[in-house]
Order: sequence, then C-alpha cells, then structure tokens
Amino acid sequence: MAAGSKVSPTPLLKDELDIVIPTIRNLDFLEMWRPFFEQYHLIIVQDGDPSKTIKVPEGFDYELYNRNDINKILGPKASCISFKDSACRCFGYMVSKKKYIYTIDDDCFVAKNPSGKDINALEQHIKNLLTPSTPFFFNTLYDPYREGADFVRGYPFSLREGAPTAVSHGLWLNIPDYDAPTQLVKPLERNTRYVDAVMTIPKGTLFPMCGMNLAFNRELIGPAMYFGLMGDGQPIGRYDDMWAGWCMKVICDHLGYGVKTGLPYIWHSKASNPFVNLKKEYKGIYWQEELIPFFQSVTLSKDCTTVQKCYIEISKQVKAKLGKVDEYFNKLADAMVTWIEAWDEQNSSGGLSADATNGPAK
Amino acid sequence: MRTPPSLLSLTVESALHNLCNISDLSPLPDHILLDLFLRTLQAGKLTEKVLKLFLATGNDKVLSLIEALNIQHILTPVLPTTNIEDNEVDIVIAALHSDLTSFMIEWKPVFSRFHLIIVKDPDLSEELQIPEGFNLDVYTKSDIDRVVGSSTSILFSGYSCRYFGYLISQKKYIISVDDDCIPARDSSGALVDIIAQHADNLKTPATPFFFNTIYDPYRKGADFVRGYPFSLRSGVACALSCGLWLNLADYDAPTQALKPGQRNTRYVDAVLTVPARAMMPVSGINIAFNRELVGPALIPALKLAGEGKLRWETVEDIWSGMCVKVICDHLGLGVKSGLPYVWRNERGNAIDSLKKEWEGVKLMEEVVPFFQSVRLPQSAIKAEDCVVEMAKSVKEQLGQSDPMFARAAEAMVEWVKLWKAVRSSQLST
Repeated sequence: MAAGSKVSPTPLLKDELDIVIPTIRNLDFLEMWRPFFEQYHLIIVQDGDPSKTIKVPEGFDYELYNRNDINKILGPKASCISFKDSACRCFGYMVSKKKYIYTIDDDCFVAKNPSGKDINALEQHIKNLLTPSTPFFFNTLYDPYREGADFVRGYPFSLREGAPTAVSHGLWLNIPDYDAPTQLVKPLERNTRYVDAVMTIPKGTLFPMCGMNLAFNRELIGPAMYFGLMGDGQPIGRYDDMWAGWCMKVICDHLGYGVKTGLPYIWHSKASNPFVNLKKEYKGIYWQEELIPFFQSVTLSKDCTTVQKCYIEISKQVKAKLGKVDEYFNKLADAMVTWIEAWDEQNSSGGLSADATNGPAK
Repeated sequence: MRTPPSLLSLTVESALHNLCNISDLSPLPDHILLDLFLRTLQAGKLTEKVLKLFLATGNDKVLSLIEALNIQHILTPVLPTTNIEDNEVDIVIAALHSDLTSFMIEWKPVFSRFHLIIVKDPDLSEELQIPEGFNLDVYTKSDIDRVVGSSTSILFSGYSCRYFGYLISQKKYIISVDDDCIPARDSSGALVDIIAQHADNLKTPATPFFFNTIYDPYRKGADFVRGYPFSLRSGVACALSCGLWLNLADYDAPTQALKPGQRNTRYVDAVLTVPARAMMPVSGINIAFNRELVGPALIPALKLAGEGKLRWETVEDIWSGMCVKVICDHLGLGVKSGLPYVWRNERGNAIDSLKKEWEGVKLMEEVVPFFQSVRLPQSAIKAEDCVVEMAKSVKEQLGQSDPMFARAAEAMVEWVKLWKAVRSSQLST
C-alpha cells in the first residue's frame, strides 16, 4: 500500500530544479507565473534572431542563450540543435546542472482548478516526480500515492513500491493540443474538462508527449529528451516533443522507469495558425504511421544499461529501418548521436563556463 | 346565439389557469372544488404540487375521487436514459442480502425502464424482499440447479451467483452492480445514470493501441491529440466498461484496515481505455460488458477456500478480470475504465476480514507473471475458444503450484460447456 498517510508539504526543490523556456518573442507571461517561479533558476533559450534582445522581467534569476551562444558552446555539434523551432529548448536541458527540469511554453499561463484557485503547476509536477510510478499494473483509482487514494483490491503487493518516476506530463485547459487537421475541423473546441487525476502510462504503451507543460528527472532520463531536428531547413515541424516522447518512453520501459500524465493543468492561451501547422506537420502525419510500428517494435539489448547506450542503439535502428522512409531519418539518426556526444561533453566534469552566457551568472 | 359563460365558470377557468399561484384551496365551497379538480384532470394540469393542494383541503369527494382513480404520488422522477434501448440491456443483481427494498428504491430512477435479473445467493436462506414497480425476474437456488445441474451449481455461490444471470441473459449488454451500492452524484449534484454512461462507454470505440492524453477522444469536447496516429483513430469495439466507486472504494482488507477513515471523495471526470497488454484489477462492484462479444470470458472460476460475503474476502472478479483483459487484448477488443461512479455504502469491518483466511492476496503474486506472459493461439477467434485455451495454460503453468488453480481451470472449461449448452437451448426455443 502507499506509504504514509500524513500529508507533508511538497519540498520546493529550488536548488535542484531549472525551468527551461524557449522563446522567440518575449517573456511577458512570466509575470503571471512570478509567485510560483520566482524562487527558481531559469534557463532561457532564445530562438531566432540572436541580435534581438529578449527582455526578462525583473527579479528572476536566469541564464539566457541565443544562437550565437549555442554555436560557441557546442561548436560543430551545434548542428543537432534546431533553429526556428521550440525544439531548441533541449539545449537548455543539456547545459542545466540540476537534477530536475520543468519546461513550459511562453503562451501558457496559470490555470484555475474547479474551485477557482490558481494551480501551482510546478508544485504538482514535483509531487509527481517525487512519488513512484506504477507502470507494471494499472491502478483503476489512478495514482495510488496521491492523498485520498491507494492501490485497489487485486493490485499485487509486490508491485506496490512502484518504479522511479522519470517524467511528469501535464495537460492544458482552453486551447487543446490538437494537430492541424483537427484544428481545422474544430476551430472552436476548447478543453474545459478538468480531470482530477494523475496516472502512470503502462509499460509497453506509447503516447503523444506534449512539451508545453513537462517536467522530468534529468539525472534519470535527460539524454533521452532530445527534441530532434525541426524548423529551419528541416522538412518537418511540431513533432519535436513527439519524437522525444517516443524515444523516452521506449527507454523508460527498458530501464524500468515510470511516466506519469494528467495533473497539473496550465492555461494554453494561443491557438497557432492551423494552415501554418498543416504545412509543418504534413510529412509527420504520414511518417507517423511508420514511426509508431517502429517504436512499438524497438528492442534494446541487456547491454543497454544507461540512457546514452539505449539512445545510441535507437539511433542505429532509426538509420537501419527508417532511413528508407526518408533521407531525413538518416540525418536525424546522426543528430541523435551528436546530441549524446554533446551531452556527455557538457555533463562530464569539464562542463560549461559562466561567461559563455548572456544572462547574469548564477 | 350561444349562452354566454357564467361568471362562476369563468372564475373556475381563471383559477385553473392560475393554479401555480394559489397556495390554499380550502376556502372554496365543496361543489366548486370538485368542479375545479375535474377540470384540472381534464386539462392535464395535475402535477405533484397541485395534487398536494387538493389533498390539503381534506374534501371527502375529492379524496375519494383520487382513490378511485388510483392517483399516486411520484416519489422519484424517472431519468430518461436516451442512448440505449430497453431491449438491449439486462441489469444483473446478485442478491447477497435478502432485503433489497432500499437498494431497489434508490436505483429506481435509473433502473425502472429496464429488465432486471436478480439472482439470489444460493447460500442465502431468507426470502428476498423486493419492492413493486420493476420489470424483473428472480432466480434462486432451485432455478440454478435446474439449469446447470446441482453438481455444477457450486460455481454460483456467493458473489459468483451473478454469473448465472450473465449465463441466462439474452441481451446484448449486461450491467451489474453490487447490492450495497446506490447511485452517486456528480460534482454538480446530479444523479449519475450509470446505465447511460456504461452504454456510452460500450457503444463508442476504445483505443487500446496508443494512449490519448486527454482520455476518451469520443467524449463531447474531446478528441485525439496531436501526435496520435490517424490509422488508429477509428478505434476498436469496447467489450468491457469498468466503473468506479465513491465513498468506500474497492480496497483490499489490509489497505482499508490501515486507513479505516479513508473514503474516496475524488470524482475524476474521465473515461479512458486501458492500453493493450496492460494488466489491471477488474472490480465486479460496478461493471458492464458486451455479452455478445465477451460473455463467456467473464468466468466464475476462482474461489478462495475462505471466500466470504464481503468483497474484501473474494477474488472471483479479479481472476475473471485478468482473464477477460488477456482475451480482449488477444481479440483486439477494448476495455474502458473510469466513469460511471456508484456510491458504495459502509459495510463490514476490514480488520475482521483480515482475521479470516485471505489467500487472495498471496495468490495475486503468483498469477501476475503468468498473465504477463500468457499467449493465446491465433486460432482462438471467439471468446469461448479463448477461455478454453486459457484454461489449458492455467492448468499447465499454475495447476502444479496450487490445487486451487487446477480447480479454476476445470471450472473455466465447465463454464464454457454450460455457456454453449444454455445458448443452444435458448436458440432452439
């Protein structure tokens, strides 16, 4: 059964968590998040024109990286980081020194729960990450570690300790995360249903991971959170988080980690242009049909004992099996290897020097 | 020239049209009151409130007219369940308690349109008390013995007596709730119509091959999210709908004993498909299924030696559920979980149940690896064939470790024989 019936306050983890925000416009949305984010360190990844100055609201502690910084820090390996796409955010994951990451889009605001109270999304993500997951057996009352819940009758006791949680996938009220065709058919649909649940996605099941409101344990799964080659010069967009999610889930299933989805909700305010989206997603919609069977059948050998090894192995299989779908996948497979090399370089004892950034040093 | 209406008749007409504003009819002379009552009946304006007004006058003539016409109070309004035909569903209730009066009254707004099959636990000695006003058939030990033979009737004792109801039903859908549950109320305070919700779950597709992060995409206001493969968006047929419980959740005895005050107050407004190959504990407390698709796969097979009359003391539904899930996964059918909720009443003492022998918990540990790995042959394309194949695997792989499993395997085979026999006798009549 779930440990502890006492409700203890959620630790802030303010020195263990970085908030990574990709932006190309401005960071005005941070004002609304101030009460919840002010205590944390921000890593801002500025996409697009590096000569533009992105103003960060007063009082936030942050590092900011633009394209020039990325090129300087990674050298030739910077080729794996997308340009003109929010996929560039994964650079922030790579250079962070913290155990946990929370990433959020700049058009996401604080939502209210059904009783009208502001939702502290970060606090819920922390709760999700600090409690175990249950990927091996589905609990019909959802997350058994939440207050007021538990494992139901018939749930094997030997599985009640759960697995470490690697990812906490939050949801969105208002503008739902639909693909372009669905947006075109239902332009007015809004997600108004507050589903008061967190649950673990079972082992062996894939899902579409949305990067809008996402937290993860960087030490457990960081290297798997590569958001791929998207945007400028690439044949595809809006599949960055999907790609990362499928790779991540296969690796989590292999290593015995859990992925939670559900609460917390944020308020998604901006509906992107469905015609622009359709152009970006077009190839993805077709390729998806090949990608899903591919990921469903990926096998990782027992030697793949680290995330990096798993990831390199997947990149080999991408090249072997998806290269024939499109040349893009050969490029992507190479970029995946570059990513891991860059990750290992940045996260060995060498690491990053403070004066390479544009923001105030921590 | 027509006779102009009298002032009196105009007044009575006026009163008729303004009945809702009148709070007291007692000042009216008797003959006028009677006239007003008759006109009210004729105009079809007799509502609960208006009836009370007339009753309050105490007028003999009005009262005797009410009795003669057999005018009755509506105690509870009937909910209009619109998404399912009356002849599509049987509601199966296992009566483990003899007095079903309050249970039936509570469920009347939801159940009264439909046919009920009430199966009395053969171990229950008292006569069943069932209130009037329902379309139902009651089955007792003698019926069970008659249909299945007294040697096989052992399968249907305790909670498992409901399976007899599943066996003899001829409807497409079955909905079953425990007799200690009453309708729940959702977050807006409205009564939850479990028939409508289970019907909705069973009649819309399930999506077991890929997880949709905003849950059931077929619900109003929802859809498939970005990244959900289009080829999987038509879904598969849903065979099983597992509902949930407010107040007393379906915990096992150790959990409830450790947290005696814990009650489930969280109304989670979601239905979701439990992914293929994911195992789950299927609770029999609030369940519905497509009998035509998976009827034979819900099996009264696993009986604990110390099985009792409280849910804490059973695993029959858990075992049955594990089998159904494997079979659904094999046949490419879906299983949904979530809404609807029922309200489960306080009953029993978890600690007392703990003291009883409950091998169920130990058992689950052994069966998990089995269910994770069991595979059914491609040739098994119908639910009954799947059950027979499962029984073989159970016997081979689990039968050695505990005689209870060997008995379960036999029961599964017996059950399929019964199912086929009852089916063919129904078809020939």
